Amino acid sequence: MARAVSQQRKIINTVLAWAVGLLIFFPILWTILTSFKTEATAIADPPVFLFFDWTLENYTVVQERSDYMRFLWNSVIIAGGSTLLGIVIAVPAAWSMAFVPSKRTKDILLWMLSTKMLPAVGVLYPIYLIFIQMGLLDTRIGLTVVLMLINLPIIVWMLYTYFKEIPGEILEAARMDGAGLREEILYVLTPMAIPGIASTVLLNIILAWNEAFWTLNLTAAKAAPLTAFIASYSSPEGLFYAKLSAASTMAIAPILILGWFSQKQLVRGLTFGAVK
Amino acid sequence: MATQHSRSAARLMMAPAVVLLLGWMLVPLTMTLYFSFKKYLPLRGGDLGWVGFENYTRFVTSSAFWPSVQATLVIVGGVLAITVVFGVLLAMLLDQPMWGQGIVRILVIAPFFVMPTVSALVWKNMFMDPVNGLFAHLWQAFGLTPVEWLSQASLGSIIMIVSWQWLPFATLILLTAIQSLDSEQLEAAEMDGAPPLARFGFIILPHLSRAITVVVLIQTIFLLSIFAEIFVTTQGSFGTRTLTYLIFQRVLESQNVGLGSAGGIYAVILANIVALFLMRIVGKNLDA
Repeated sequence: MARAVSQQRKIINTVLAWAVGLLIFFPILWTILTSFKTEATAIADPPVFLFFDWTLENYTVVQERSDYMRFLWNSVIIAGGSTLLGIVIAVPAAWSMAFVPSKRTKDILLWMLSTKMLPAVGVLYPIYLIFIQMGLLDTRIGLTVVLMLINLPIIVWMLYTYFKEIPGEILEAARMDGAGLREEILYVLTPMAIPGIASTVLLNIILAWNEAFWTLNLTAAKAAPLTAFIASYSSPEGLFYAKLSAASTMAIAPILILGWFSQKQLVRGLTFGAVK
Repeated sequence: MATQHSRSAARLMMAPAVVLLLGWMLVPLTMTLYFSFKKYLPLRGGDLGWVGFENYTRFVTSSAFWPSVQATLVIVGGVLAITVVFGVLLAMLLDQPMWGQGIVRILVIAPFFVMPTVSALVWKNMFMDPVNGLFAHLWQAFGLTPVEWLSQASLGSIIMIVSWQWLPFATLILLTAIQSLDSEQLEAAEMDGAPPLARFGFIILPHLSRAITVVVLIQTIFLLSIFAEIFVTTQGSFGTRTLTYLIFQRVLESQNVGLGSAGGIYAVILANIVALFLMRIVGKNLDA
Protein backbone atom coordinates (compact mmCIF):
# COMPACT_ATOMS: atom_id res chain seq x y z
CA MET A 1 0.00 0.00 0.00
CA ALA A 2 2.70 2.44 1.07
CA ARG A 3 4.61 1.40 -1.98
CA ALA A 4 1.73 2.22 -4.30
CA VAL A 5 1.41 5.64 -2.71
CA SER A 6 5.10 6.41 -3.11
CA GLN A 7 4.97 5.21 -6.72
CA GLN A 8 2.08 7.54 -7.34
CA ARG A 9 3.95 10.39 -5.70
CA LYS A 10 6.95 9.67 -7.84
CA ILE A 11 4.84 10.00 -10.99
CA ILE A 12 3.41 13.30 -9.82
CA ASN A 13 6.87 14.57 -8.87
CA THR A 14 8.25 13.56 -12.23
CA VAL A 15 5.50 15.24 -14.24
CA LEU A 16 5.64 18.40 -12.15
CA ALA A 17 9.43 18.67 -12.17
CA TRP A 18 9.68 18.08 -15.92
CA ALA A 19 6.99 20.67 -16.58
CA VAL A 20 8.80 23.28 -14.47
CA GLY A 21 12.19 22.32 -15.91
CA LEU A 22 11.00 22.65 -19.49
CA LEU A 23 9.31 25.95 -18.71
CA ILE A 24 12.56 27.37 -17.30
CA PHE A 25 14.57 25.98 -20.19
CA PHE A 26 12.08 27.13 -22.80
CA PRO A 27 13.69 30.50 -23.70
CA ILE A 28 16.92 28.70 -24.51
CA LEU A 29 15.12 25.98 -26.47
CA TRP A 30 13.14 28.61 -28.37
CA THR A 31 16.34 30.48 -29.24
CA ILE A 32 17.96 27.30 -30.56
CA LEU A 33 14.85 26.41 -32.61
CA THR A 34 14.53 29.93 -34.01
CA SER A 35 18.14 29.88 -35.16
CA PHE A 36 17.16 27.19 -37.69
CA LYS A 37 14.20 29.13 -39.12
CA THR A 38 14.01 31.67 -41.91
CA GLU A 39 13.41 35.25 -40.76
CA ALA A 40 9.82 35.05 -42.02
CA THR A 41 9.12 31.84 -40.10
CA ALA A 42 10.77 33.26 -37.00
CA ILE A 43 8.02 35.87 -36.58
CA ALA A 44 5.15 33.75 -37.96
CA ASP A 45 1.81 34.15 -36.18
CA PRO A 46 0.86 31.68 -34.79
CA PRO A 47 4.44 30.69 -33.93
CA VAL A 48 5.70 27.43 -35.41
CA PHE A 49 7.39 25.09 -33.03
CA LEU A 50 8.98 22.13 -34.78
CA PHE A 51 7.42 21.75 -38.21
CA PHE A 52 9.21 24.21 -40.43
CA ASP A 53 11.90 23.96 -43.08
CA TRP A 54 15.08 23.75 -41.04
CA THR A 55 17.89 25.87 -42.44
CA LEU A 56 21.49 26.57 -41.54
CA GLU A 57 21.45 29.80 -43.51
CA ASN A 58 21.49 32.08 -40.44
CA TYR A 59 24.72 30.62 -39.19
CA THR A 60 26.53 31.29 -42.44
CA VAL A 61 24.99 34.77 -42.76
CA VAL A 62 26.05 35.74 -39.23
CA GLN A 63 29.60 34.64 -39.93
CA GLU A 64 29.80 36.38 -43.32
CA ARG A 65 28.26 39.69 -42.28
CA SER A 66 29.87 40.18 -38.92
CA ASP A 67 32.98 38.05 -38.97
CA TYR A 68 31.60 36.13 -36.01
CA MET A 69 34.72 33.98 -35.64
CA ARG A 70 36.76 37.03 -34.65
CA PHE A 71 34.49 37.75 -31.68
CA LEU A 72 34.47 34.10 -30.73
CA TRP A 73 38.26 34.08 -30.85
CA ASN A 74 38.39 37.19 -28.66
CA SER A 75 36.15 35.47 -26.12
CA VAL A 76 38.32 32.36 -26.14
CA ILE A 77 41.53 34.36 -25.68
CA ILE A 78 40.15 36.63 -22.97
CA ALA A 79 38.32 33.95 -20.96
CA GLY A 80 41.06 31.36 -21.37
CA GLY A 81 43.93 33.80 -20.89
CA SER A 82 42.53 35.43 -17.77
CA THR A 83 41.84 32.03 -16.23
CA LEU A 84 45.32 30.67 -16.96
CA LEU A 85 46.99 33.83 -15.71
CA GLY A 86 44.83 33.71 -12.58
CA ILE A 87 45.73 30.08 -11.91
CA VAL A 88 49.45 30.77 -12.25
CA ILE A 89 49.21 33.56 -9.69
CA ALA A 90 46.72 31.84 -7.39
CA VAL A 91 48.23 28.35 -7.06
CA PRO A 92 51.29 29.46 -5.03
CA ALA A 93 49.16 31.76 -2.89
CA ALA A 94 46.53 29.12 -2.15
CA TRP A 95 49.24 26.54 -1.54
CA SER A 96 50.98 28.63 1.08
CA MET A 97 47.71 29.55 2.79
CA ALA A 98 46.59 25.92 2.95
CA PHE A 99 49.88 24.33 4.05
CA VAL A 100 51.78 27.05 5.89
CA PRO A 101 48.91 28.87 7.57
CA SER A 102 49.70 31.75 9.85
CA LYS A 103 47.55 33.78 12.18
CA ARG A 104 46.73 36.17 9.40
CA THR A 105 45.76 33.62 6.75
CA LYS A 106 42.07 33.88 7.50
CA ASP A 107 42.12 37.67 7.40
CA ILE A 108 43.98 37.67 4.09
CA LEU A 109 41.48 35.23 2.58
CA LEU A 110 38.51 37.28 3.74
CA TRP A 111 40.12 40.48 2.55
CA MET A 112 40.71 38.93 -0.88
CA LEU A 113 37.06 37.93 -1.08
CA SER A 114 35.99 41.41 -0.06
CA THR A 115 37.79 42.89 -3.10
CA LYS A 116 35.36 40.82 -5.19
CA MET A 117 32.51 42.80 -3.65
CA LEU A 118 33.83 46.12 -4.94
CA PRO A 119 31.17 47.44 -7.34
CA ALA A 120 32.73 47.77 -10.77
CA VAL A 121 30.95 51.02 -11.52
CA GLY A 122 32.73 52.65 -8.58
CA VAL A 123 36.08 52.30 -10.32
CA LEU A 124 34.87 52.57 -13.92
CA TYR A 125 36.42 55.93 -14.72
CA PRO A 126 39.85 55.31 -13.16
CA ILE A 127 40.18 52.02 -15.04
CA TYR A 128 38.97 53.71 -18.21
CA LEU A 129 41.54 56.48 -17.73
CA ILE A 130 44.37 54.06 -16.98
CA PHE A 131 43.42 52.08 -20.07
CA ILE A 132 43.54 55.18 -22.27
CA GLN A 133 46.86 56.31 -20.80
CA MET A 134 48.45 52.91 -21.31
CA GLY A 135 46.90 52.32 -24.70
CA LEU A 136 44.99 49.32 -23.38
CA LEU A 137 41.50 50.38 -24.44
CA ASP A 138 39.97 47.86 -26.83
CA THR A 139 42.87 45.43 -26.50
CA ARG A 140 42.63 41.78 -25.55
CA ILE A 141 45.54 42.01 -23.16
CA GLY A 142 43.91 44.80 -21.16
CA LEU A 143 40.64 42.95 -20.81
CA THR A 144 42.44 39.70 -19.96
CA VAL A 145 44.21 41.39 -17.06
CA VAL A 146 41.04 43.04 -15.73
CA LEU A 147 39.02 39.81 -15.86
CA MET A 148 41.90 37.97 -14.21
CA LEU A 149 41.86 40.51 -11.37
CA ILE A 150 38.12 40.40 -10.79
CA ASN A 151 38.13 36.60 -10.67
CA LEU A 152 41.41 36.13 -8.78
CA PRO A 153 39.71 36.12 -5.35
CA ILE A 154 37.40 33.29 -6.43
CA ILE A 155 40.29 31.33 -7.94
CA VAL A 156 42.41 31.67 -4.78
CA TRP A 157 39.43 30.79 -2.62
CA MET A 158 38.44 27.67 -4.57
CA LEU A 159 42.00 26.39 -4.79
CA TYR A 160 42.42 26.99 -1.08
CA THR A 161 39.39 24.87 -0.23
CA TYR A 162 40.61 22.07 -2.53
CA PHE A 163 44.19 22.17 -1.18
CA LYS A 164 42.82 22.11 2.36
CA GLU A 165 41.36 18.68 1.64
CA ILE A 166 44.78 17.20 0.88
CA PRO A 167 45.95 15.50 4.09
CA GLY A 168 49.07 17.07 5.61
CA GLU A 169 50.50 13.64 6.55
CA ILE A 170 51.29 12.96 2.91
CA LEU A 171 53.46 16.06 2.83
CA GLU A 172 55.24 15.06 6.00
CA ALA A 173 55.95 11.63 4.57
CA ALA A 174 57.37 13.22 1.42
CA ARG A 175 59.56 15.50 3.52
CA MET A 176 60.83 12.54 5.53
CA ASP A 177 61.84 10.91 2.28
CA GLY A 178 63.90 13.97 1.54
CA ALA A 179 61.65 15.86 -0.85
CA GLY A 180 62.37 19.57 -1.04
CA LEU A 181 59.79 22.28 -1.52
CA ARG A 182 59.98 22.03 -5.28
CA GLU A 183 59.64 18.24 -5.41
CA GLU A 184 56.87 18.40 -2.86
CA ILE A 185 54.84 20.72 -5.06
CA LEU A 186 55.67 19.09 -8.38
CA TYR A 187 55.39 15.39 -7.54
CA VAL A 188 53.16 15.17 -4.49
CA LEU A 189 50.75 18.07 -4.46
CA THR A 190 50.17 18.74 -8.11
CA PRO A 191 48.85 15.27 -9.01
CA MET A 192 46.50 15.37 -6.03
CA ALA A 193 45.39 18.89 -6.76
CA ILE A 194 44.64 18.46 -10.45
CA PRO A 195 40.91 17.70 -10.07
CA GLY A 196 40.49 20.79 -7.91
CA ILE A 197 42.47 22.95 -10.30
CA ALA A 198 40.45 21.62 -13.24
CA SER A 199 37.13 22.54 -11.59
CA THR A 200 38.46 25.96 -10.71
CA VAL A 201 39.52 26.52 -14.31
CA LEU A 202 36.11 25.42 -15.53
CA LEU A 203 34.13 27.75 -13.29
CA ASN A 204 36.36 30.69 -14.07
CA ILE A 205 36.16 30.24 -17.80
CA ILE A 206 32.38 30.39 -17.42
CA LEU A 207 32.51 33.53 -15.29
CA ALA A 208 34.95 35.27 -17.62
CA TRP A 209 33.08 34.22 -20.76
CA ASN A 210 29.85 35.76 -19.49
CA GLU A 211 31.30 38.89 -17.86
CA ALA A 212 29.33 41.82 -19.22
CA PHE A 213 30.40 45.03 -17.52
CA TRP A 214 34.06 45.46 -18.37
CA THR A 215 33.74 43.70 -21.72
CA LEU A 216 31.04 46.18 -22.73
CA ASN A 217 32.78 49.28 -21.41
CA LEU A 218 36.41 48.66 -22.32
CA THR A 219 36.10 47.33 -25.86
CA ALA A 220 34.96 48.69 -29.20
CA ALA A 221 35.55 46.90 -32.47
CA LYS A 222 38.90 45.18 -32.19
CA ALA A 223 38.91 43.27 -28.92
CA ALA A 224 35.16 42.87 -28.41
CA PRO A 225 34.21 39.39 -27.19
CA LEU A 226 30.84 37.73 -27.76
CA THR A 227 29.08 39.58 -24.94
CA ALA A 228 29.73 42.88 -26.73
CA PHE A 229 29.01 41.42 -30.17
CA ILE A 230 25.57 40.22 -29.07
CA ALA A 231 24.86 43.61 -27.46
CA SER A 232 25.31 45.19 -30.91
CA TYR A 233 22.05 43.43 -31.88
CA SER A 234 20.10 45.71 -29.54
CA SER A 235 19.51 48.28 -32.29
CA PRO A 236 19.21 46.20 -35.45
CA GLU A 237 17.70 46.91 -38.83
CA GLY A 238 15.02 44.80 -40.50
CA LEU A 239 14.20 41.22 -39.62
CA PHE A 240 16.81 39.73 -37.36
CA TYR A 241 15.28 37.21 -34.91
CA ALA A 242 16.70 34.16 -36.66
CA LYS A 243 20.14 35.72 -36.96
CA LEU A 244 20.08 36.93 -33.36
CA SER A 245 19.17 33.38 -32.37
CA ALA A 246 21.96 31.85 -34.42
CA ALA A 247 24.53 34.25 -32.96
CA SER A 248 23.18 33.65 -29.44
CA THR A 249 23.15 29.89 -29.83
CA MET A 250 26.77 29.88 -30.90
CA ALA A 251 27.70 32.22 -28.04
CA ILE A 252 26.09 30.16 -25.28
CA ALA A 253 26.56 26.59 -26.55
CA PRO A 254 30.18 26.07 -25.42
CA ILE A 255 29.46 27.46 -21.95
CA LEU A 256 26.23 25.49 -21.52
CA ILE A 257 28.21 22.33 -22.12
CA LEU A 258 31.03 23.35 -19.75
CA GLY A 259 28.47 24.52 -17.22
CA TRP A 260 26.75 21.17 -17.03
CA PHE A 261 30.03 19.63 -15.96
CA SER A 262 30.59 22.17 -13.23
CA GLN A 263 27.32 22.23 -11.25
CA LYS A 264 28.96 21.13 -8.02
CA GLN A 265 31.85 23.56 -8.34
CA LEU A 266 29.37 26.35 -8.88
CA VAL A 267 28.08 26.01 -5.34
CA ARG A 268 31.55 25.78 -3.88
CA GLY A 269 32.97 28.63 -5.93
CA LEU A 270 30.15 31.11 -5.63
CA THR A 271 29.20 30.72 -1.99
CA PHE A 272 32.81 30.85 -0.78
CA GLY A 273 32.28 27.66 1.19
CA ALA A 274 29.43 29.09 3.23
CA VAL A 275 27.09 26.36 1.96
CA LYS A 276 28.25 22.78 1.79
CA MET B 1 55.92 22.69 12.69
CA ALA B 2 56.63 24.92 9.70
CA THR B 3 60.20 26.08 9.62
CA GLN B 4 61.37 29.65 9.30
CA HIS B 5 62.49 28.80 5.79
CA SER B 6 59.10 27.53 4.64
CA ARG B 7 57.40 30.51 6.25
CA SER B 8 59.32 33.05 4.26
CA ALA B 9 58.85 30.93 1.14
CA ALA B 10 55.12 30.93 1.83
CA ARG B 11 55.08 34.67 2.17
CA LEU B 12 56.89 35.01 -1.11
CA MET B 13 54.39 32.75 -2.85
CA MET B 14 51.48 34.75 -1.55
CA ALA B 15 53.02 38.07 -2.57
CA PRO B 16 51.96 38.30 -6.24
CA ALA B 17 48.29 37.66 -5.51
CA VAL B 18 48.24 40.01 -2.52
CA VAL B 19 50.11 42.81 -4.29
CA LEU B 20 47.96 42.58 -7.42
CA LEU B 21 44.69 42.62 -5.50
CA LEU B 22 45.89 45.41 -3.24
CA GLY B 23 46.79 47.46 -6.31
CA TRP B 24 43.52 46.60 -8.03
CA MET B 25 41.63 47.75 -4.97
CA LEU B 26 43.63 50.79 -3.87
CA VAL B 27 44.74 52.51 -7.07
CA PRO B 28 41.36 52.95 -8.80
CA LEU B 29 39.54 53.53 -5.54
CA THR B 30 41.96 56.29 -4.56
CA MET B 31 41.49 57.84 -7.98
CA THR B 32 37.69 57.70 -7.65
CA LEU B 33 37.97 59.30 -4.23
CA TYR B 34 40.26 62.01 -5.67
CA PHE B 35 37.94 62.77 -8.59
CA SER B 36 34.92 62.85 -6.30
CA PHE B 37 36.22 66.02 -4.65
CA LYS B 38 36.91 67.75 -7.97
CA LYS B 39 34.90 69.43 -10.65
CA TYR B 40 36.19 67.30 -13.46
CA LEU B 41 34.67 67.43 -16.96
CA PRO B 42 37.08 65.78 -19.46
CA LEU B 43 35.22 67.11 -22.50
CA ARG B 44 34.37 70.56 -21.16
CA GLY B 45 37.49 72.05 -19.64
CA GLY B 46 38.96 69.07 -17.80
CA ASP B 47 40.06 69.59 -14.20
CA LEU B 48 38.30 72.67 -12.84
CA GLY B 49 39.62 72.48 -9.30
CA TRP B 50 38.59 71.24 -5.87
CA VAL B 51 34.99 71.54 -4.81
CA GLY B 52 34.93 69.80 -1.44
CA PHE B 53 31.80 67.76 -0.84
CA GLU B 54 29.78 69.52 -3.52
CA ASN B 55 29.65 66.45 -5.78
CA TYR B 56 28.37 64.33 -2.90
CA THR B 57 25.55 66.73 -2.09
CA ARG B 58 24.75 67.34 -5.76
CA PHE B 59 24.57 63.63 -6.46
CA VAL B 60 21.98 62.99 -3.75
CA THR B 61 19.99 66.16 -4.41
CA SER B 62 19.75 65.66 -8.18
CA SER B 63 16.27 64.78 -9.40
CA ALA B 64 17.54 61.46 -10.76
CA PHE B 65 18.90 60.18 -7.45
CA TRP B 66 15.86 59.07 -5.48
CA PRO B 67 14.13 57.45 -8.47
CA SER B 68 17.35 55.51 -9.08
CA VAL B 69 17.49 54.35 -5.47
CA GLN B 70 13.87 53.31 -5.74
CA ALA B 71 14.46 51.43 -9.02
CA THR B 72 17.46 49.68 -7.49
CA LEU B 73 15.51 48.63 -4.40
CA VAL B 74 12.52 47.42 -6.42
CA ILE B 75 14.69 45.37 -8.76
CA VAL B 76 16.89 43.87 -6.04
CA GLY B 77 13.93 43.23 -3.73
CA GLY B 78 11.75 41.80 -6.50
CA VAL B 79 14.42 39.46 -7.80
CA LEU B 80 15.34 38.33 -4.28
CA ALA B 81 11.71 37.59 -3.39
CA ILE B 82 11.09 35.63 -6.59
CA THR B 83 14.34 33.66 -6.59
CA VAL B 84 14.20 32.76 -2.90
CA VAL B 85 10.53 31.71 -2.82
CA PHE B 86 10.63 29.77 -6.07
CA GLY B 87 14.14 28.57 -5.29
CA VAL B 88 12.97 26.92 -2.06
CA LEU B 89 9.94 25.35 -3.77
CA LEU B 90 12.01 24.15 -6.72
CA ALA B 91 14.77 22.79 -4.51
CA MET B 92 12.23 20.81 -2.50
CA LEU B 93 10.67 19.47 -5.68
CA LEU B 94 14.04 18.46 -7.14
CA ASP B 95 14.94 16.71 -3.90
CA GLN B 96 11.99 14.29 -4.29
CA PRO B 97 12.45 10.92 -5.97
CA MET B 98 11.58 11.06 -9.68
CA TRP B 99 12.60 9.83 -13.07
CA GLY B 100 15.17 11.82 -14.98
CA GLN B 101 16.26 13.91 -12.02
CA GLY B 102 19.65 14.65 -13.54
CA ILE B 103 18.16 15.96 -16.77
CA VAL B 104 15.60 18.13 -14.98
CA ARG B 105 18.37 19.62 -12.87
CA ILE B 106 20.32 20.47 -16.01
CA LEU B 107 17.26 22.14 -17.55
CA VAL B 108 16.73 24.22 -14.42
CA ILE B 109 20.35 25.32 -14.08
CA ALA B 110 20.89 26.20 -17.75
CA PRO B 111 19.83 29.89 -17.63
CA PHE B 112 22.70 30.67 -15.27
CA PHE B 113 25.19 29.89 -18.01
CA VAL B 114 23.61 32.18 -20.58
CA MET B 115 25.56 35.42 -20.94
CA PRO B 116 23.59 38.46 -19.69
CA THR B 117 23.52 40.20 -23.07
CA VAL B 118 22.03 37.12 -24.73
CA SER B 119 19.32 36.56 -22.15
CA ALA B 120 18.38 40.24 -22.10
CA LEU B 121 18.15 40.44 -25.89
CA VAL B 122 16.30 37.16 -26.31
CA TRP B 123 13.70 38.20 -23.72
CA LYS B 124 13.44 41.70 -25.11
CA ASN B 125 12.91 40.69 -28.72
CA MET B 126 11.57 37.19 -28.90
CA PHE B 127 9.31 37.27 -25.86
CA MET B 128 8.53 40.86 -24.88
CA ASP B 129 8.35 42.55 -28.28
CA PRO B 130 4.83 44.04 -28.54
CA VAL B 131 4.46 43.01 -32.22
CA ASN B 132 6.44 39.86 -32.87
CA GLY B 133 7.16 38.57 -29.37
CA LEU B 134 5.75 35.28 -28.13
CA PHE B 135 3.89 37.03 -25.33
CA ALA B 136 2.20 39.28 -27.90
CA HIS B 137 1.08 36.21 -29.87
CA LEU B 138 -0.15 34.60 -26.67
CA TRP B 139 -2.06 37.70 -25.59
CA GLN B 140 -3.66 37.99 -29.04
CA ALA B 141 -4.66 34.35 -28.97
CA PHE B 142 -6.76 35.21 -25.93
CA GLY B 143 -8.11 38.32 -27.60
CA LEU B 144 -6.12 40.70 -25.41
CA THR B 145 -4.11 43.74 -26.46
CA PRO B 146 -0.39 42.96 -26.39
CA VAL B 147 1.54 44.72 -23.64
CA GLU B 148 4.55 46.89 -24.41
CA TRP B 149 6.48 45.14 -21.70
CA LEU B 150 9.68 47.15 -21.54
CA SER B 151 7.94 50.54 -21.52
CA GLN B 152 4.61 49.88 -19.79
CA ALA B 153 5.86 47.35 -17.24
CA SER B 154 9.56 48.15 -17.45
CA LEU B 155 10.60 47.34 -13.89
CA GLY B 156 8.56 44.14 -13.84
CA SER B 157 10.11 43.06 -17.13
CA ILE B 158 13.66 43.64 -15.89
CA ILE B 159 12.83 41.76 -12.68
CA MET B 160 11.47 38.91 -14.80
CA ILE B 161 14.62 38.70 -16.94
CA VAL B 162 17.05 38.92 -14.03
CA SER B 163 15.03 36.45 -11.93
CA TRP B 164 15.21 33.96 -14.77
CA GLN B 165 18.99 34.31 -14.73
CA TRP B 166 19.36 33.98 -10.95
CA LEU B 167 16.70 31.40 -10.07
CA PRO B 168 19.10 28.56 -11.01
CA PHE B 169 21.73 29.90 -8.63
CA ALA B 170 19.30 30.08 -5.71
CA THR B 171 17.83 26.67 -6.53
CA LEU B 172 21.20 24.98 -6.80
CA ILE B 173 22.46 26.32 -3.47
CA LEU B 174 19.20 25.61 -1.65
CA LEU B 175 19.14 22.12 -3.15
CA THR B 176 22.66 21.51 -1.84
CA ALA B 177 21.49 22.64 1.59
CA ILE B 178 18.33 20.50 1.52
CA GLN B 179 20.31 17.44 0.58
CA SER B 180 22.38 17.81 3.74
CA LEU B 181 19.22 17.61 5.83
CA ASP B 182 18.99 14.50 7.96
CA SER B 183 16.09 12.57 6.42
CA GLU B 184 15.54 10.59 9.63
CA GLN B 185 14.50 13.77 11.36
CA LEU B 186 11.82 14.34 8.74
CA GLU B 187 10.65 10.74 8.92
CA ALA B 188 10.44 10.90 12.70
CA ALA B 189 8.34 14.05 12.46
CA GLU B 190 6.10 12.39 9.89
CA MET B 191 5.60 9.39 12.16
CA ASP B 192 4.74 11.67 15.04
CA GLY B 193 1.95 12.98 12.86
CA ALA B 194 3.39 16.39 11.97
CA PRO B 195 1.48 17.68 8.93
CA PRO B 196 3.51 18.69 5.83
CA LEU B 197 3.22 22.40 6.54
CA ALA B 198 4.52 21.94 10.08
CA ARG B 199 7.40 19.80 8.81
CA PHE B 200 8.25 22.56 6.35
CA GLY B 201 7.98 25.35 8.91
CA PHE B 202 9.75 23.67 11.83
CA ILE B 203 12.36 21.47 10.18
CA ILE B 204 13.07 22.38 6.57
CA LEU B 205 12.93 26.16 6.78
CA PRO B 206 15.14 26.49 9.90
CA HIS B 207 17.62 24.13 8.29
CA LEU B 208 17.65 26.31 5.17
CA SER B 209 17.89 29.62 6.97
CA ARG B 210 21.64 29.93 6.61
CA ALA B 211 21.63 28.94 2.95
CA ILE B 212 18.86 31.47 2.32
CA THR B 213 20.89 34.16 4.06
CA VAL B 214 23.90 33.35 1.89
CA VAL B 215 21.78 33.38 -1.28
CA VAL B 216 20.29 36.75 -0.31
CA LEU B 217 23.64 38.34 0.49
CA ILE B 218 25.53 37.06 -2.55
CA GLN B 219 22.71 37.88 -4.92
CA THR B 220 22.34 41.35 -3.40
CA ILE B 221 25.97 42.11 -4.15
CA PHE B 222 25.63 40.97 -7.76
CA LEU B 223 22.17 42.48 -8.27
CA LEU B 224 23.22 45.89 -7.00
CA SER B 225 25.56 46.09 -9.97
CA ILE B 226 23.50 44.56 -12.78
CA PHE B 227 24.32 46.45 -15.92
CA ALA B 228 24.08 44.55 -19.21
CA GLU B 229 20.40 43.68 -18.70
CA ILE B 230 19.52 47.37 -18.59
CA PHE B 231 22.12 48.46 -21.13
CA VAL B 232 20.64 46.33 -23.91
CA THR B 233 16.95 46.63 -23.03
CA THR B 234 15.81 50.07 -21.83
CA GLN B 235 19.10 51.97 -21.49
CA GLY B 236 17.83 53.28 -18.21
CA SER B 237 14.61 54.82 -19.57
CA PHE B 238 11.05 54.11 -18.33
CA GLY B 239 12.12 54.23 -14.71
CA THR B 240 14.74 51.50 -14.92
CA ARG B 241 17.73 53.72 -14.19
CA THR B 242 19.36 52.02 -11.22
CA LEU B 243 22.08 53.54 -9.10
CA THR B 244 24.72 51.63 -11.06
CA TYR B 245 23.29 52.79 -14.36
CA LEU B 246 23.00 56.39 -13.17
CA ILE B 247 26.69 56.42 -12.20
CA PHE B 248 27.61 54.86 -15.54
CA GLN B 249 25.70 57.59 -17.36
CA ARG B 250 27.27 60.37 -15.30
CA VAL B 251 30.78 59.04 -15.85
CA LEU B 252 30.84 57.82 -19.44
CA GLU B 253 27.82 59.34 -21.18
CA SER B 254 27.74 62.88 -19.80
CA GLN B 255 31.42 62.73 -18.81
CA ASN B 256 30.83 64.43 -15.48
CA VAL B 257 33.53 62.45 -13.73
CA GLY B 258 33.49 64.31 -10.41
CA LEU B 259 29.77 63.80 -9.92
CA GLY B 260 29.90 60.19 -11.09
CA SER B 261 32.81 59.43 -8.80
CA ALA B 262 30.90 60.71 -5.79
CA GLY B 263 28.10 58.35 -6.84
CA GLY B 264 30.65 55.59 -7.18
CA ILE B 265 31.81 56.11 -3.61
CA TYR B 266 28.18 55.83 -2.45
CA ALA B 267 27.90 52.55 -4.36
CA VAL B 268 31.09 51.23 -2.77
CA ILE B 269 29.82 52.08 0.72
CA LEU B 270 26.47 50.42 0.01
CA ALA B 271 28.12 47.24 -1.29
CA ASN B 272 30.44 47.16 1.71
CA ILE B 273 27.56 47.18 4.15
CA VAL B 274 26.15 44.05 2.48
CA ALA B 275 29.60 42.49 2.16
CA LEU B 276 30.24 42.94 5.88
CA PHE B 277 27.36 40.62 6.76
CA LEU B 278 28.41 38.08 4.15
CA MET B 279 32.02 38.10 5.33
CA ARG B 280 30.92 37.43 8.88
CA ILE B 281 29.12 34.24 7.80
CA VAL B 282 31.98 33.13 5.57
CA GLY B 283 34.49 33.84 8.32
CA LYS B 284 32.53 31.80 10.86
CA ASN B 285 32.49 28.88 8.48
CA LEU B 286 36.23 29.15 8.00
CA ASP B 287 36.78 28.48 11.70
CA ALA B 288 34.55 25.43 11.77
